[in-house]
Amino acid sequence: MLSASDIATLWLTFKVAGYATLLMMLLGTPLAWWLARTTSRWKGVCNALVALPLVLPPTVLGFYLLVMMGPNGAIGRLTTELGLGTLPFTFPGLVVASVLYSLPFVVQPLQTAFATIGEHPLEAAATLRASPFDTFFSVVVPLAKPGFMTAAILGFAHTVGEFGVVLMVGGNIPDKTRVVSVQIYNHVEALEYSEAHWLAGCLLLFSFSVLLVLYTALKTHPVAHPLK
Amino acid sequence: MLHNRFFRSILAAWLLLIAPATWADTVLVAVAANFTKPMTEIAEAFEKSTGHSAKLSFGSSGKFVSQIENGAPFEVFMAADAENAIKLQNAGLAVADTRFTYALGKLVLWSATPGLVDEQGQILSKDGFKHLALADPKLAPYGAAALEVLKHMGLFEKLQPLFVLGENISQTHQFVSTGNAELGFLALSQVIADGKIGSGSGWIVPDDRHAPIRQDAILLSKGVENPAAPALLQFLKAPQAQTIIRKYGYNLPNQP
Repeated sequence: MLSASDIATLWLTFKVAGYATLLMMLLGTPLAWWLARTTSRWKGVCNALVALPLVLPPTVLGFYLLVMMGPNGAIGRLTTELGLGTLPFTFPGLVVASVLYSLPFVVQPLQTAFATIGEHPLEAAATLRASPFDTFFSVVVPLAKPGFMTAAILGFAHTVGEFGVVLMVGGNIPDKTRVVSVQIYNHVEALEYSEAHWLAGCLLLFSFSVLLVLYTALKTHPVAHPLK
Repeated sequence: MLHNRFFRSILAAWLLLIAPATWADTVLVAVAANFTKPMTEIAEAFEKSTGHSAKLSFGSSGKFVSQIENGAPFEVFMAADAENAIKLQNAGLAVADTRFTYALGKLVLWSATPGLVDEQGQILSKDGFKHLALADPKLAPYGAAALEVLKHMGLFEKLQPLFVLGENISQTHQFVSTGNAELGFLALSQVIADGKIGSGSGWIVPDDRHAPIRQDAILLSKGVENPAAPALLQFLKAPQAQTIIRKYGYNLPNQP
């Protein structure tokens, strides 16, 4: 069965994923909007940068985050200047790392959703003298609603499943950075297979339910982004 | 005819190329992460002196046990402790009478900052650090030894909130060497250079503060048929290998 410490890791995981998803939606929406509409020659570069975590091994990403966010790294110096201390081994550090790691899963569905709206609804809104903000919230958001749902669910689910990055920057501290994937890994390493099975079972059930919602209730294609 | 001669010479050249492979064998070795540096050097010496070659995989002993239990092709196991080697022996996946202690681990309290760690380790009872890195005591013998040292010093309760746990000793080293943890318990072999602590500052923990870290090697069942596997175990006991083992700050059994 699940021990108290197992349940604590589940709770912490959902908390990290919740904060990360919120941040990703706030950052990802303007970014995806810009990427969907811009004709700038930097578009390709930005698309590639956003998609990098899909390709880079998570431990590589995690290691360089550890170096950059550490006391001798650029980000670490900045956060220390700001009086925040350094980010590794902290809950906010885990959230920041997760945002970087899962961002493509939020940006790409949004970008696709925005691109499929096309020019016509926006032109129609403009002729009705709607301001750009009004257009975005009254026209774009309702039309792109499935895209928003997909982005949020995928961003959340992907953060729940992350391992390599949190292993590198987390430090495996109970109630602070020990998330469920690390806990399962530790159980397996310690040859505590039955504990590992229980926790992995919970994760499997969660992941399957989430994908089921995506494919049936929302009737969207979660992976209908440019890379697929 | 010409054709025939051409192909014959190709065949001869090819035979020459593969010839060494027919009498020199390759052994696949699972090596505890703390032994990465010395083993890399020992493998080179092993190849030079025997003609066999050793392919090395580095990782945590616990992970190797689960992999070997599930059919991993390793032929020799060099654990970071005795328990994990015994586990495989009891499971019938290793040859019992081949197990021996190839090195005794040395624990060091180390910081990347010069002058931070004094030679008695008194920093531990003072303030001045926010994180203390150690390998997960549940998984890694160096972590378990570190815990024992802290309990011995009566500092466990006080310092536990500052713990950051590496999954293995290599990851723990990354935490400390990147400066994210101000200090941490590592294997001496990770920070030693030319017989002393190479950079930063450290306290070599006296052996009487914790149970000895006996690192055992064992021949795995998959290596029984491979002459290179027992040859490697034999080589670990040879003076040439033992010099390398000592150079990296390990002790040898029966001669502290």
